Amino acid sequence: MVQDIPGTTVFDGGQAQKGYALNAMCYSFNSADARAAFLADEDAYCRKFGLNEEQRSAVKRRDVLAMIEAGGNIYYLAKLAGIFGLNVQDVGAQQTGVTVDEFKAKLAAAGR
Amino acid sequence: MARIIGGIATTHVPSIGQAIADKKQNDPYWSPFFRGFDYVHYWLAREKPDVAVVFYNDHGLNFFLDKMPTFAVGAAAEYCNEDEGWGIPVSRAVKGDPALSWHLINRLVADEFDITMCQKMLVDHALTIPMALMWPNQKWPVKVVPIAINTVQHPLPSMARCLKLGRSVGRAIQSYPEDLRVLIVGTGGLSHQLDGKRAGFINKEFDKLCMDKLASEPDVLANYSIHDWIEESGAQGVEFVNWMAMRGALNARVAEVHRNYHVPISNTAAATVVLENRTEAEVRAA
Repeated sequence: MVQDIPGTTVFDGGQAQKGYALNAMCYSFNSADARAAFLADEDAYCRKFGLNEEQRSAVKRRDVLAMIEAGGNIYYLAKLAGIFGLNVQDVGAQQTGVTVDEFKAKLAAAGR
Repeated sequence: MARIIGGIATTHVPSIGQAIADKKQNDPYWSPFFRGFDYVHYWLAREKPDVAVVFYNDHGLNFFLDKMPTFAVGAAAEYCNEDEGWGIPVSRAVKGDPALSWHLINRLVADEFDITMCQKMLVDHALTIPMALMWPNQKWPVKVVPIAINTVQHPLPSMARCLKLGRSVGRAIQSYPEDLRVLIVGTGGLSHQLDGKRAGFINKEFDKLCMDKLASEPDVLANYSIHDWIEESGAQGVEFVNWMAMRGALNARVAEVHRNYHVPISNTAAATVVLENRTEAEVRAA
């Protein structure tokens, strides 16, 4: 698929290959034990899944756009965000550079 | 013979599960969405389906990128939900109908839909939240055949292909000898995008077009490529593939008997539609 839709990274074969380790780690967060292990020693947990430097840095900075750039898929990244108590509005606000209230207001406005 | 009574399409946003657990149905934020299910409850009580065939998309509970089926048909006696990692309550299990599942599998493959067969399959919120919305006492009066469509890993199956998948499922159900009343469900959508700088994208006009064409002219919607669909409906708006498959399973003639649309629920344009199957005789009589 052509990557030509502004602000959108289509999760194609290239992204899926690049992001495999990061997405595999996020997929593991379906388990409460995995979430606890991540919180107990984030560095060790990321090493275990073989995240590359770009992915490790994006996770360390909690930077969702950088995680997507590094091959992350939002469905799996949402499980990581959940560890920090962030929902999709928090994540949306972060990615679009606005406050959560501003992001929610934008959504509400789309309905009017 | 098995008979398809109609179809229900509904949004499956995870936070709906939390709202149900917290009994927020009457809160100002939630009530415009939950009120849209009053008619659904009335209709289901009247129509009394025995089985629901549910088209949905897994978000990383059962399937991961190591093996990603385009179409997967459940063939289990029971389907469990589990911790999905983001804190929504775990749903009670749903009962399967393995005999119907294998009938569908046999017919689909004979019809050149080379689906993946799953005797063990976890079902995520995209199946369990619609169940909880349709039967709010959380006791399921139906058995379920889940059919998962890939919306995670591109290339995704096209809208046209999913409409054809639904048509094949519809023919298979109509050839099933047991006297069952079958409900078809399609979950997800409508427009929304969770990822990237375009997060929060919603397109009310396109959603209206989708709902307007679904009953009478689904082939118009099938002409959109996945690329164009993402442009019009957002990256996760492609969940409409499940609606297309649901529509395909119904007769050529259907009546839209209910529609509810509300923006926003979480990051999503939330919609609920009920379509009733019409036979040719009913159409002539009307």
